[in-house]
Amino acid sequence: MANSPTPNSWIAHVEAFVDVSRPPNQQSAGVDAIAALVKKDLLTLETLVREMELYLTTTDNVIRARGILLLAEVLGHLTLKPLSISTVSSLAGFFTSRLADWQTLRGALVGCLALLRRKSTVGMVVNTDVKALAESYLINVQVRSLAVHDRKLCFEVLLCLMDAYPDTVMTLGDDFIYGICDAIEEETDPRCLMLTFCLVETLMRTFQDPSCSVASFAGDIFDILGRYFPIYFTHPRSDDFEVKRDDLSRALMNAYCSSPLFEPFVIPLLLDKLSSSVPLAKLDSLKYLTNCIIQYGAGKMVKHAKAIWVALKDVIFNFSTKGNVSSMISESTGDMVSQEGQIVKEALICLQTMISQLNFPGGDSFINLILDDHDISTNFESLSSGRSYSETSIENLHRLSALGAILSIASKVSTDCCSRVFQKLFPRLMNLLGVPISSSSNACFMEKKMSNDLNFGALYLCTELLASCQELTTTVQDLSQRVEDSWWSLLNNSSGPLTYILKSSLVNLGSFGGTVREHASYAVKGLQVLATFPGDCSPISDAIYEDILAVLVSIITGNHDDTFLWNLSLKSLAQIGLYIEKVHDSKKGSSYKKIVVETIVSLLSLDDSTISLAQKLEALSEIGVTGPEYMSMVIDGIEEAIISNFSKACVDGNLRSAEILVPLLECYSNRVLPWCHKSGRIEQVAMQFAVNIWNLMETSGAFGICLERKGLLDSSMMAMKCAVAHCTEGQGHIVQKAYNIVLSTISSPLEPLFYPSSKLDGLQFIPDASGLSCIDTKMPVTRPLSQVLGASFSCKDEWLVSLFASVVTALRPLTPLPDVHTLIKLFVANLLRGHIPAAQALASIINKWPADGKIEVPSTCKLDEVIGLILESIYAVLFSSPLKQCNFEKDLSCICPSSLQMHAIDGLAWVGKGLLLRGHERLKEIAMVLMKCILPSQNNVVTSEHPNESGNSQDRHLPAAKSAANAFHILMSDSEVCLTKKFHSKIRPLYKQRFFSSMLPVLLSSITNCNSPNTRYVLYRAFGHVISGTPLAAVVADSKKVLLPLLDGLSVLSSDLLNKEMTYSLLLVLSGILMDENGKETVMENVHIIISHLIRLISYPHSMLVRETAIQCLVAMSALPHSKIYPMRPQVLRALSNSLDDRKRAVRQEAVRCRQAWASIASRSLHF
Amino acid sequence: MGSLINANPTVYERKERRVRSTPANTDENAEEPIDQLEIFDILFMHYFHVRDIKDPEHPYSLEELKVVTEDSIEVNDKQSCVRVTFTPTVEHCSMATVIGLCLRVKLMRSLPPRYKVDIRVAPGTHATEAAVNKQLNDKERVAAALENPNLVEMVDECLAPTFA
Repeated sequence: MANSPTPNSWIAHVEAFVDVSRPPNQQSAGVDAIAALVKKDLLTLETLVREMELYLTTTDNVIRARGILLLAEVLGHLTLKPLSISTVSSLAGFFTSRLADWQTLRGALVGCLALLRRKSTVGMVVNTDVKALAESYLINVQVRSLAVHDRKLCFEVLLCLMDAYPDTVMTLGDDFIYGICDAIEEETDPRCLMLTFCLVETLMRTFQDPSCSVASFAGDIFDILGRYFPIYFTHPRSDDFEVKRDDLSRALMNAYCSSPLFEPFVIPLLLDKLSSSVPLAKLDSLKYLTNCIIQYGAGKMVKHAKAIWVALKDVIFNFSTKGNVSSMISESTGDMVSQEGQIVKEALICLQTMISQLNFPGGDSFINLILDDHDISTNFESLSSGRSYSETSIENLHRLSALGAILSIASKVSTDCCSRVFQKLFPRLMNLLGVPISSSSNACFMEKKMSNDLNFGALYLCTELLASCQELTTTVQDLSQRVEDSWWSLLNNSSGPLTYILKSSLVNLGSFGGTVREHASYAVKGLQVLATFPGDCSPISDAIYEDILAVLVSIITGNHDDTFLWNLSLKSLAQIGLYIEKVHDSKKGSSYKKIVVETIVSLLSLDDSTISLAQKLEALSEIGVTGPEYMSMVIDGIEEAIISNFSKACVDGNLRSAEILVPLLECYSNRVLPWCHKSGRIEQVAMQFAVNIWNLMETSGAFGICLERKGLLDSSMMAMKCAVAHCTEGQGHIVQKAYNIVLSTISSPLEPLFYPSSKLDGLQFIPDASGLSCIDTKMPVTRPLSQVLGASFSCKDEWLVSLFASVVTALRPLTPLPDVHTLIKLFVANLLRGHIPAAQALASIINKWPADGKIEVPSTCKLDEVIGLILESIYAVLFSSPLKQCNFEKDLSCICPSSLQMHAIDGLAWVGKGLLLRGHERLKEIAMVLMKCILPSQNNVVTSEHPNESGNSQDRHLPAAKSAANAFHILMSDSEVCLTKKFHSKIRPLYKQRFFSSMLPVLLSSITNCNSPNTRYVLYRAFGHVISGTPLAAVVADSKKVLLPLLDGLSVLSSDLLNKEMTYSLLLVLSGILMDENGKETVMENVHIIISHLIRLISYPHSMLVRETAIQCLVAMSALPHSKIYPMRPQVLRALSNSLDDRKRAVRQEAVRCRQAWASIASRSLHF
Repeated sequence: MGSLINANPTVYERKERRVRSTPANTDENAEEPIDQLEIFDILFMHYFHVRDIKDPEHPYSLEELKVVTEDSIEVNDKQSCVRVTFTPTVEHCSMATVIGLCLRVKLMRSLPPRYKVDIRVAPGTHATEAAVNKQLNDKERVAAALENPNLVEMVDECLAPTFA
């Protein structure tokens, strides 16, 4: 035992454990440490017991109890450690003897439990020891006199005995059963109850042998258990015990169901509680009953059948609400309703269980009880009294719903039951509906004129029964149903006239108005069910099936005002379509295709006004999603309609076609393409669409439709973008085709559009020391730009360029571009004309261009080259001046206010956005150029001493500067039409935050250094765009730097009506800072200045939202420490008293609240 | 408070509120004059939550006791005047002045200063009708009442729920 630890090291743990004054965590740590030693064989159990001998045998009760408990708990940690039989046996003997020592009972119980839980592989307690243990237990342990924790241990020991040693326990016989009864009686603690219920369940299963004496104890045991039902927590908070009511209830149910011996006691109790008025008792009784029926078996239950049926009938009829009948029309909600609904649901489950268990073909089945029941017959009879839905009283509707539920549950159980129900009731139902029963009279019946109003009750029941049959056919594959007198043959005989009745009731509905919604929904449902029987057991012929489809389609295509019926029919048709797809019924599928899909697709080409375009598209999309085959037909239809209308609209200038086209295109991009994407057929469809549009562009001559149709151009562009974005391999083909068409058909002469590249070569960038600003250009302008770019933009050219830009915008990063140089020239030229899609296309190109050196780029250009090419062309315009009076020196710096330059700035902003999103370096350069555009050059600042000259230059400068400020808006805002994930852009996370933190110092220093009010104004606009576009958290984090410029900005910008929106968004940023915990400190330092700004804004005349928000900000300020805000109180209250008379109600209401908040900071009595 | 003056008042169910539809006119400059419903809302509702002025004696609100109904409010925005006529629950209700004071204070705090507020007991519903009316509409006496800390505390307590 060289490795054995010195006794002292673990004896200390023992001493700690035995000393009750030590903290419990130290004691449990001691147990863990000792157990670990034993597990690692560093300490043998024998040594442990020997060393602890004094503790285990001392006459001091407390120390002995603790010592025994320690040994027991150590054993509890060793359930997986192999121990020799003799060790286990001697330990068992020890703990068994300790059971008699009531002072050490806890330890003895824990020890017994630890031993009994051992598996045979690691050394179990032998049977003789178990028997001795059990006997000692029965003699010595008085469970009911113990505390909760010990009782729990006792029950666990008993459970363990029965689970692991059933044979040994059996030999104890009555004593053991008696012992358990004695132990569990009058137990009330939920944690122990969980165990006692389980104990009874195990006991009944262990002593299942009927010869066993447990049978005589069943009554006694149930006497104890019966008192707990239904489980009801009197304790206000059930979660104190970690035991839920549901868990207890389930455990009790398992105990009740554990043996058929309980049957004479349980069933009467449950039936009795079922009639109680407490909903919980009803619910539990029904659940227990269902389980008992299954567990006890039909033989035991047969004698209770009548009583159960009466009880269930009572529940179902009393708790069924109208909700079930009209659930198709309105959703019923509420706690009461849902609890009642649950009771009915459980009752129906119970009924179904009963029917299926007590189903003796030919014998005395449970179903006979139902069908021969007097109440059922009378209810059925009374149905014929009320005819239409509106004439049926609420009470009758409840009864109808209950009857329907019972019959449909009964017919769902088996083919036999279904046939029984049909034989009994179906002929009478048909009679009520006016359907002749024998098939021979069908022909003359058809001739008869139908009366309009159908018996609603019969209609409802009939639909419910049909639905049950249909469900039955899907679950039971039983061909015997076709025999004479089966439900199938009965239904088959009447199906023709029945369909006719349902059909004609729908067709006649038009004359009724809205009151017959219920009729309509059940008639449509009936037809739908008839049409969705599986092929081999369908009770209707193919002709009738086609008839049903035709009726529903005629409602769709017909001139119906009733949108309810229209939607209903469409949904039904879609359901039928889905069903056909599910079962792959090719025969039904082909008629569906012929009758439904083709008709609805053909609607698009018909130019009639009976049904609106929106409805047509709705119908198409509902039907289209039912299956891939139908979808492709629908897609073909829509595409054909788009192409034909496109050519009519664009070439012939047909305005009506143009109107139709916009929703068609929207439907195509928002619905059709996403479906195709889901079904995986997108490539072909999208490609075909794009190619077709381009073919059309190629073949059409001049365009008849022009710019006033902006909406059409926008939706065409969107559709093109979506289609291209969804393509993968096809993109290369599309872009190539589009490129060729654009180059060959564009009517403006190509060459003069572009700056000759030789001229561009003259542009040079000399980055300054910081590498950020100062763009210099040495390029002499040789030609007036107006001449270069002045050529008018024909309508067709705009379409061509726009669509081409759309294609380029939506490309994937790796799709090769044809002739990048020409392409860029084309877009730059258009960008300079103010064509935004061209700028967006350029932004997309550089956003997605593969980074240098990463991937083998198919094109020869590198990213830097491409960016350079674009930027140089833009800068060339930006930093030139067509005004001859400017000398060369001035040309470099002064910005000429032509619209050309404003377009260039807009373009630059988009290009910058492309770079910003991918996180490219050169964005900084662009940002600096924009800043340069905002700031007047040094020259101007110097010459500003001469008012004439500077005024002139300022005037010229201002529009460009404003454009540059707006460029920051483009940079920071989210666009839907380009540079999104959908169009495969590279978007780095947190790009806005990064831009914000890089721009903030630049903007702030420019603002500080700026002397000119105009420039300040523009700078604040730029600043406003940046901070209102940045996520609030980032701004709040920098609130120290931002707050004062933000307030200045608010006062500068709020002076101009044009900045309404901007003022509002800045105010929102301010309120964000006020509300945020992180902004508190900054706010506290600037309370006065913030409040005086807010006071000015609460009279801001141009926007109610601004006034309202400003007042809300003041309310937030009132929560600051009173010492800080108190000096401002009179000022605020004065300002607010004007707001009480604001012309907008919302502002007045805020003002009242704010006034109260501010007034009450001084004292509770408010003296205004 | 010793014994209640009206220990067992009739409590009426709250009337379904006339919900103000969101203005179709989103014109920035359109006037939304103060009207009956707004006064009623000032008294009884704030921010679409029902937070009423409590009866000083009962946990019920004045609306539930039908002390003030929407129809008992007259308002003329042009002439800047509002009159609220309230009905005490019993004829000899000594709380009538407190209720009236609450209504007046709430309106004073919520309406623009140009408004003249007139608070009246409905004719024939109170034993000392004239006296109460006089007391409630005398500027000096109202001001004096509001100097009384106990009274102000009571008023504030009644009004507390109406301020969100």
